[in-house]
Amino acid sequence: MENMVKLKIDGVEVQVEKGKTILDAARSMNIHIPTLCHHEDLCVAGNCRVCVVEQVGTRNLVASCATPAADGMEIRTNSLKVRNARKHIIELLLSEHNADCTKCYKNGNCELQALASELKNTEHMFLDLVERKTFTVDMYSPSIIKDDSRCIRCQRCVRTCEELQHVSALGVAHKGDRMKISTFFDRPMFEVVCTNCGQCVNRCPTGALIERNYIDEVWDAIYNEDKFVVVQTAPATRVALGEALDLPPGEIVTGKMVAALRRLGFNAVLDTDWSADLTIMEEGTELLTRLKKALVDKDPNVALPMTTSCSPGWIKFIEHTFPEMLPNVSTCKSPQQMFGAVAKTYYANKVGVDPAKMVVVSIMPCTAKKFEADRPEMRSSGYKDVDLVLTTRELGIMIRQAGLDFNSLPDEDYDSVLGQSSGAAVIFGATGGVMEAALRTAYEIVTGREVPFEGLNITPVRGMEGVREASMEIKDTLPEWKFLEGVELRTVVAHGLTNAKQVMQWVKEGKKSYHFIEIMACPGGCLGGGGQPIPTNAEIRAKRAEAIYREDAGKAIRKSHENPEIIAIYKEFLGEPLSHKSHELLHTHYVERNRY
Amino acid sequence: MANNKPLKKVDLIFSEAFLNRDELKEVLSRSADEVIQELLDSGLRGRGGAGFPTGLKWKFTRDQKDPEKYVVCNADEGEPGTFKDREILDRVGRKVFNGMALCAGTIGAKEGYMYLRGEYRFLLPKLYQILDEFHEDMKALGIDFHIDIKLGSGAYVCGEESALFESMEGDRGEPRNKPPYPTEYGFRGKPTVINNVETFVSALIISRIGAAEYQKLGTVDSRGSKLFSVSGDTPIPGIYELELGMTVEQFVNEFGDGDTKAVQVGGAAGFCVPRKKFNDTIIGFEGVPTGGSMMLFNSSRSMYNVLHNYLDFFKEESCGQCTPCRVGCQQLFLGIEAVKRGEKPASYLDTLLKLSQTMKITAKCGLGQSVGNSFHSIVNNFREEMIY
Amino acid sequence: MSEIETLVKELADKHGRKRESLIPILQGVVEKERYLSDEAMTEIARELDIAAAQVYGTATFYSFLDTVPRGKYVIRVCKTISCSMKNGNEVIKAISDILKIQVGETTPDKKFTLLEANCLGWCHKGPAMLINDTPYTELTPQKVREIIAEYNRK
Repeated sequence: MENMVKLKIDGVEVQVEKGKTILDAARSMNIHIPTLCHHEDLCVAGNCRVCVVEQVGTRNLVASCATPAADGMEIRTNSLKVRNARKHIIELLLSEHNADCTKCYKNGNCELQALASELKNTEHMFLDLVERKTFTVDMYSPSIIKDDSRCIRCQRCVRTCEELQHVSALGVAHKGDRMKISTFFDRPMFEVVCTNCGQCVNRCPTGALIERNYIDEVWDAIYNEDKFVVVQTAPATRVALGEALDLPPGEIVTGKMVAALRRLGFNAVLDTDWSADLTIMEEGTELLTRLKKALVDKDPNVALPMTTSCSPGWIKFIEHTFPEMLPNVSTCKSPQQMFGAVAKTYYANKVGVDPAKMVVVSIMPCTAKKFEADRPEMRSSGYKDVDLVLTTRELGIMIRQAGLDFNSLPDEDYDSVLGQSSGAAVIFGATGGVMEAALRTAYEIVTGREVPFEGLNITPVRGMEGVREASMEIKDTLPEWKFLEGVELRTVVAHGLTNAKQVMQWVKEGKKSYHFIEIMACPGGCLGGGGQPIPTNAEIRAKRAEAIYREDAGKAIRKSHENPEIIAIYKEFLGEPLSHKSHELLHTHYVERNRY
Repeated sequence: MANNKPLKKVDLIFSEAFLNRDELKEVLSRSADEVIQELLDSGLRGRGGAGFPTGLKWKFTRDQKDPEKYVVCNADEGEPGTFKDREILDRVGRKVFNGMALCAGTIGAKEGYMYLRGEYRFLLPKLYQILDEFHEDMKALGIDFHIDIKLGSGAYVCGEESALFESMEGDRGEPRNKPPYPTEYGFRGKPTVINNVETFVSALIISRIGAAEYQKLGTVDSRGSKLFSVSGDTPIPGIYELELGMTVEQFVNEFGDGDTKAVQVGGAAGFCVPRKKFNDTIIGFEGVPTGGSMMLFNSSRSMYNVLHNYLDFFKEESCGQCTPCRVGCQQLFLGIEAVKRGEKPASYLDTLLKLSQTMKITAKCGLGQSVGNSFHSIVNNFREEMIY
Repeated sequence: MSEIETLVKELADKHGRKRESLIPILQGVVEKERYLSDEAMTEIARELDIAAAQVYGTATFYSFLDTVPRGKYVIRVCKTISCSMKNGNEVIKAISDILKIQVGETTPDKKFTLLEANCLGWCHKGPAMLINDTPYTELTPQKVREIIAEYNRK
């Protein structure tokens, strides 16, 4: 028991591991202490002081989130002293917070509002500070809106941006009454190193950081009779949307989501999973081609390792941080953009719709996808390939607005074409999924055999560790891939940009050598994306991941190259992976951006 | 204690008795146990204001196993009404460095830093010159200890020890969560003794004259003498070294202009003592503690203006990270304005008094915790002046 | 290389390129340029390989690390109570009249900037002010006039 400490909370004795905080101890016994600046994914701040408790024998209250539990402590979480102090602190926060809740995007989903509603104060105790200051709302970013008047300065966003993402687009500036969360020189988020990943949005307790929503634009499109509105749904949305609609984490709601989208009035309900399969065909082939150029042609210009390119947060990050390594990034567009480009060409033609009248809407677990869709490169159909991007959260809002009882909807299937997908596409939503999907296909192309893992489950690339290396020896290749015989294919998977930066640093410095790198900007991959339902934490992300692998395992088709609709598009339209047409529609290029 | 007893002026801090190389050698050759015991016996408590027993601080740090330790001199004197550290550095800077060397030898540190407030930058050339001599002596004595100076840039909160470390490490001067305390986790996350300028000098003096001699001065709770920075409505403003344990009455008899209505003891973060309490308020840890700031106000002064000035100071100088301090300071500041202007009823002062109490028990660091001191003592003692 | 780039490189060579070096470098730039431009801060971020927002955040924490252009001589008049009790306001007003600028402003010739400061540590000799690093105490409107005249001759 050397590693345990014994203390008393609200009269009840409890034992916890040494190093745990008073808050941890209280939670272990289901005592609820309110918190605001505390977040499971982030370091301890101890800023907001909402979680203060009384330690018997000390004059001052202590922040339970920041104070280690110690032997013999006697803690009161609900004494009069604590209640009065907590009330003051919440009142203080409300006094500097623009509390016109009915006009706030986070109305009903705000942690400060929840605390205030527990307090049941009908009158403000203190002066309103908001009206005494001038605030500007940063609305320039296509992804994220920053409204300082709603900020309570808990610094969750700052810690997210620094610790999880190593971006630090947001920092703390000034001090005292002028202290604020700020970008460099308070420039618009759009102009700085922000990757639009939206992890800050996921962790902001109030409405200070929110996604830029396009709900009204989507409704307008749906009700515009001139428009043919196509919707695509990203892999990770189907295992998280339920959370936005009162279901527990880890529910697979694919069928209900399709049913809901149809009832919202979309003309065709299609699937980004389909284009994820297409991505695998292109990206897998690109990898093999790069390997061939390197190993057979000894082409010094071929960049290896190759990294994935599905995550738009990652793309903007590398454009800022490692611009010299942009040649290493796969030229494949992300599944969202491949879908858009194909929808307004191949699909439009197939269904007989004028692409000028087609509106492509995507439902994404991601705020950076909004920025991605706006990139000038993403117009290869001759139109804006993807018109409007909604997050999983925004779709949840639309479903509520439409009055649908989500839970009682029937399970329905996607429309065709661009609706069918493999299990390999589903797992794009989890960290390691693109790697696994690519290996399932590439290995088979090279050897003619399935990957040597039971049930096609390449478990070494799965999991939640930040960086996961795996290697696979290629044996008994088909004759045309003889040059890969005996090659040990070295791969690495990283999620969260802090881990991504680490891996790229290794590669840059020559400390590690890989052939293929999968990077997802967000913790856990897209399932932990910045557009996913709030809250997020390791436990919730693990449940979503488990659901994704369950969905994969239940699919009739598990490999991208076996998707009949994929086989069909190559036959009818694209020819083969990396064909001229593919390059025109499915590949892109990147731009160098400022690092500082 | 007779209230009319004149104050005992002492001359230890500035006395010309500099240690020459041999004397320094003698002092520095004492064992760590001896030095610490002497400090504990002397009853010396930190001279920056908080008053933590210096001997204990040194002992805790010495007991840490980490071989990398630091000595840091807090020369970020920013408390309104305090200017004694500037005077020490200006007149007897060498004593401070010697005190730091004594500490380094005791706890086992090889590096020391002085964090000098940016407002005192003009002292730098002089201090560097003294440091050169100091380092020569260290070399001659075969002692491996080096001191460098880090300069602040105008932030009161950096006087808070953990904020000071953050600032020395190149960051915003935001106080850290405690525990862990600096003796365990200080500069660069290493065990660190951080003491006020005057404390290092006093420690040096104690190790020269001995605890027994030092103990003769002061009271049980407040041993020795200390420097007082006297300002405000006094005919003789300046720096005075006085024996601890006097009453405010005694102090006012010496320094007042005959019309003193209040004394602010300990600066903006300290307490306001009104005339009616002069007699039974002792200046020291048993009464009103002070880092040395003594500001006198005569009857021509508006205590509303005084408090308004303090709160303006605090709302600007709060680091801004914790709610009670960041928002609380603004609320107190605007709150007394609202009462004065009649926009809020006089009873709003009671709401603010409760708020100041909450700040005292919930703020993350000493800054936010002490705003309530002056607020409470001024509003309670001069309530009419707040309203009319 | 621009002038700022050279300056930042020199300062980084002198103070190092660790996080700890940040404040000395910021101070060095302010000493030379009197303020931190966005260019200067970007260069510092590059030199130390830290985020620009963190450089900005650190700089704005400290009153002496200005992020807006300042004059060659920055006058900081103490506004804390003991100085204001000794007619500190008259001193500010006098400077304001002489230089024809308000607190927070810089003269059009970029020579002087007038600012207020919190306690400068000269409470027994108030009113006090700093001109750049040099303290001036026991000020009167007349004394201030002479001091500024002297700087004007520089």
